[in-house]
Amino acid sequence: MSDKNKSVMANVFSNGLNWVDERFPLTSNVKAHLTEYYTPKNFNFWYFFGSLSLLVLVLQILTGIFLTMHYKPDAELAFGSVEYIMRDVPWGWLIRYMHSTGASMFFVVVYMHMFRGIIYGSYRTPRELIWLFGVGIFLCLMGEAFFGYLLPWGQMSYWGAQVIVNLFSAIPFIGPDVSEWLRGDYLVSDATLNRFFAFHVIALPFVLVGLVAAHIIALHEVGSNNPDGIEIKKLKDKVTGIPLDGIPFHPYYTVKDIVGAVVFLMVFSTVIFFAPEMGGYFLEANNFVPANPLVTPAHIAPVWYFTPYYSILRAVPPFPGVGFLGIPPSLFPGVAAMGLSVMVFALLPWLDKSPVKSIRYRGTLYKKWLAAFVVSFVVLGYLGTEPANVWGQFGAWLGNADRATVVARAFTVVYFAFFILMPWYTKKDKTLPVPERVTG
Amino acid sequence: MNNIIKKTLLVLALSTSFILPQMANANEGAHLDKAPVDASNHESLQRGARTFVNNCLNCHSANYMRYNRLLDIGLTEKQIKDNLMFAGEKIGDPMKVAMSKADGKKWFGVAPPDLSVEVRARGADWVYSYLRGFYRDETSATGWGNCVFDPVSCKVSMPHVLYELQGEQAINHETHELTLTKPGKLSAAEYDALVGDLTNFLAYMAEPAKQQRNNMGWFVLLFLGLLLVLTYKLKKAYWKDIH
Amino acid sequence: MAENRNDKDQENAHVSPANNLSAGVDLDKRNFLIASSAVGALGCAAVAVPFVKSMTPSERAKAAGAPVEVDISKIAPGTMMTVEWRGKPVWIINRTPEMIAELAQHDDKLTDAKGDVTSQQPSYCKNADRSIKPGLAVIVGICTHLGCSPTAKMQPKGDMGDTWSGGFFCPCHGSKFDLAGRVFKGSPAPINLVVPPHKYLTENTLLIGVDTEEGA
Repeated sequence: MSDKNKSVMANVFSNGLNWVDERFPLTSNVKAHLTEYYTPKNFNFWYFFGSLSLLVLVLQILTGIFLTMHYKPDAELAFGSVEYIMRDVPWGWLIRYMHSTGASMFFVVVYMHMFRGIIYGSYRTPRELIWLFGVGIFLCLMGEAFFGYLLPWGQMSYWGAQVIVNLFSAIPFIGPDVSEWLRGDYLVSDATLNRFFAFHVIALPFVLVGLVAAHIIALHEVGSNNPDGIEIKKLKDKVTGIPLDGIPFHPYYTVKDIVGAVVFLMVFSTVIFFAPEMGGYFLEANNFVPANPLVTPAHIAPVWYFTPYYSILRAVPPFPGVGFLGIPPSLFPGVAAMGLSVMVFALLPWLDKSPVKSIRYRGTLYKKWLAAFVVSFVVLGYLGTEPANVWGQFGAWLGNADRATVVARAFTVVYFAFFILMPWYTKKDKTLPVPERVTG
Repeated sequence: MNNIIKKTLLVLALSTSFILPQMANANEGAHLDKAPVDASNHESLQRGARTFVNNCLNCHSANYMRYNRLLDIGLTEKQIKDNLMFAGEKIGDPMKVAMSKADGKKWFGVAPPDLSVEVRARGADWVYSYLRGFYRDETSATGWGNCVFDPVSCKVSMPHVLYELQGEQAINHETHELTLTKPGKLSAAEYDALVGDLTNFLAYMAEPAKQQRNNMGWFVLLFLGLLLVLTYKLKKAYWKDIH
Repeated sequence: MAENRNDKDQENAHVSPANNLSAGVDLDKRNFLIASSAVGALGCAAVAVPFVKSMTPSERAKAAGAPVEVDISKIAPGTMMTVEWRGKPVWIINRTPEMIAELAQHDDKLTDAKGDVTSQQPSYCKNADRSIKPGLAVIVGICTHLGCSPTAKMQPKGDMGDTWSGGFFCPCHGSKFDLAGRVFKGSPAPINLVVPPHKYLTENTLLIGVDTEEGA
């Protein structure tokens, strides 16, 4: 191509861009969010999970659209339509496995992303709203996972939905009516399946995408935090006004995030092509049995990403009732504790009183509490996948209580103590001096 | 800080190390024998398909499995039509069964389940052990018991359909050990091989795309590996400006 | 990193000359940008294939659209039967010798008497009566105008008027066809009815939908 041709091409391009820019703020948006969005240069491993969450969201929506073309939200046909996708639809098995694996991987990357926020104090001022939008996204995601799990209409789908919907009946006074209203029937049935389908494919995706947009808009308003927990906007180049420790998101973090995405896709593909059931964690064996309202499977547990909260639900003893006041026994305390265990994340920005944000400059007291929290989260998560008698019983001296239940209770206390005592131990903790500029 | 991280990781490693083996086997209770599952062994799958059609497909359907899918395991359309199908069925039809659910319920107490995805629900080892676990039990309605099906009561609604081939077994109620009391048409080893082929076929039928999935996986990973090298070099090329 | 920070030139994160420069172009960046984009685009295209293919007819659709075997021994002369193939009505008409003779009498009234529009019948049915055996017509009963199914008016005259020589009449827009499915001039339908691919397995068994030339 001659130089003259090149300059003609360039002219056409810039004229076209001008035409668009006069009608839509394309260039200014690209600048504001990519080429002139300045990001701390010291992002580490933990900072991949934000962009990966977005990647999984796109994959879930895309595969979901194609599954909807073949799936039938009808109690008579649902189970068969999933097998139809797995066998008769060309490449249906791949699309279905991408979606089912994507559901679990979504929680993997989001949990990592949340943990990043916790260790580097990304929820602290001025990022409280980013964090709250994030908690909203997390709740929405849990809803998506729950509604979506009913759709294959297997035994686990059915009884999982049955148990969760019944949790609402524990709410004092209005509970039973609420769960009947949610089901639209006296038991989980075709009506329930149909409305869960509507929530799963239309209602929640809209909310989810909206919240993600708000999450990113809020982030780009205040700028990203970083592993040192210091504000790069405080030190700017005097001439250009660009943060000294900032680099444009594009191209630097686009090329870096793409590397992260490829690594993620390798993990994702390994699961899809070699272990889509993931040993029963991603796809449960009992869900290959069609739903049967008359028989509960011998061992029923939620999917792994719900099990920490499910453990807390089981660990909290029911309210025994107050006979002479006419207050009946209730399982409300467990349900309330489970709800709180999720909602309490929203309070983090106001519970943390430390003068520093990042774990790098915190004292050992905080680190010990965080370690205790992580261990309790994992142990509760494990116990939630097992029946309460998995570890046998204590002797008579502890009333023959199930060992696992006692352990779950102890870790439930640790779980909540991490949050409740946070104002105290973060204030008391001996912190290190924070540097002016970001470190490696 | 490193110290705490190390300790936390140690605790996590310990806790996960005993989680993973647990879930893999959802059917606790009875001891299960390892099933000889090999989706690449087409002869075994073909023998299994014949056993399935002749013995299981009278009561159990495989409604999600189409006859012409058997082309995948090396059978020709003519072989399928001549050996495995009833007159009047079309090659694209699913493996349906004439017996209605209501009849099945009347005769056996429960309707015989569809077997399309049985192996994914129970596991191949379970199916393999179950089909070899029938013993004479005069107290039960069918005359047969099976401790793999229900390790507590050893009751089972399905009669021992392959009884002529296996013969009769008796159980030691203490140890749940089985001994052959009346030989069948096949020797013990031949019967195990027959059930092994049948289980292999059922495992194949539970997910016909599995072989294709595994083969494809290597190409996908190879491709992503190449992409990883290139994108990593690209990242390096850009980031050399950043200090 | 710590050493760099004291270096005044490196003070600002985004100032640094690249080292592999050729005429102001960073070759490293350019080459790997092109390579990654090319391989990445290839990957995206490969991912698109399963998604596009998932929308093509499934095994169930293919099974339902499979060739249909028909026993034709029960069709009395001068009558017809309708079978379903790929969800469409297919007429099998047992034409009497008089009906066959009549087919040759009205070529001037037809739009395409010779079957010159090749898409409307297999090559082995491009003949005077559009069939393998003159006595038996096999025709897809879907009007080539807007897709209604014409009504059989097999006997001459009657409510179709004195000039009617037997055939089919579309109730939607009044298209008229003869007993070989050929359209009469003046009908809204532009071309003849379709003759589906078919072949005889035995004297009395017809297979409709087998798409091979060997059917002739």
